Amino acid sequence: MSVIAPGAAVAKFSLKREDFTEFTREDLLGHTTVLVFYPFAFSPVCTDQMQIYEEALEDFAAQGATLYGVSTDPVWSQKAFKEKLGVSIEQLSDFEPKGATSRAFGAYFEPGGMTNRALVIVGPDGVVRWSHLADSPGDLPGVGLIFDGLAAAPVS
Amino acid sequence: MSDLRSAPVPPLRDDDHVRGADDAGVVVVFYGDFACPRCAVEALRLRAEGARVAFRHFALKAKHERAVALAQAAEAAARQGAFWAFHDALYADQGRVDDPHLWAHCEALGLDLERFQADRRDPAIAERVRRDVRDALRAGATTTPTLFESPVTADLRGSHRGGAQRSER
Repeated sequence: MSVIAPGAAVAKFSLKREDFTEFTREDLLGHTTVLVFYPFAFSPVCTDQMQIYEEALEDFAAQGATLYGVSTDPVWSQKAFKEKLGVSIEQLSDFEPKGATSRAFGAYFEPGGMTNRALVIVGPDGVVRWSHLADSPGDLPGVGLIFDGLAAAPVS
Repeated sequence: MSDLRSAPVPPLRDDDHVRGADDAGVVVVFYGDFACPRCAVEALRLRAEGARVAFRHFALKAKHERAVALAQAAEAAARQGAFWAFHDALYADQGRVDDPHLWAHCEALGLDLERFQADRRDPAIAERVRRDVRDALRAGATTTPTLFESPVTADLRGSHRGGAQRSER
């Protein structure tokens, strides 16, 4: 499965926010969004990843970018994960149907039955500006990579 | 807000904390967190080997509630010429990282406690710690510790090892 490519328009999708309301394509419009797809809450690499990105949140905000974590964990697990980590990055649940949105973004790892390690930057017009799929779910894309993506992607 | 795009590890600077034999031909730049057990293991191993090490901070506020405070405390100790002694004391006793424990380290090392307390709150120290963390992020560090090795000519684009995926030496 290839991750969704730059230039592709994001199709309809639905994820659950922490308050169980829906997060859909409409929530991407008008902002620059970085979707951080990760396999599982509480697994080691995912833990590091959220904490690393949290460190750079002010810089992301300065560039008008908002980050969201996406996994197939249910909302309750993601809430506990976020609290335990002490991060403020909002989590979006792709629990039911399992991985449907992750698949739509080309960010699902079928052999492991889990969301893959991927990053997708979506522009205010709902078009993908930049994307990255890690070589393996166990790899952790660094902060610099995301800023490289933000710099490379023209934002309208 | 400074740039966070990918960038190489900065070369050794005058304010870097460096120790170990300088005839080894290699310097290990160690981005570490004093609250991190993996960092402790790696730091002690490098010390036992007598490796030449430059320590820089990779203290993430979300990782451990004391990570940044410990980094700042170590910089305050550095101002009194005791960085490495304080570094070793912290890694040798990671279960005791509250202020009274830090003061006990200061006493054991003969440091001026009042000066230590003032220095650790100096914005210049906070900025130095922050600088190290941002350099690490830009260089691709994603875990603690992250090590960079290179010949001492200080082009630090040499091999990069994350703490959890080290190749055997």
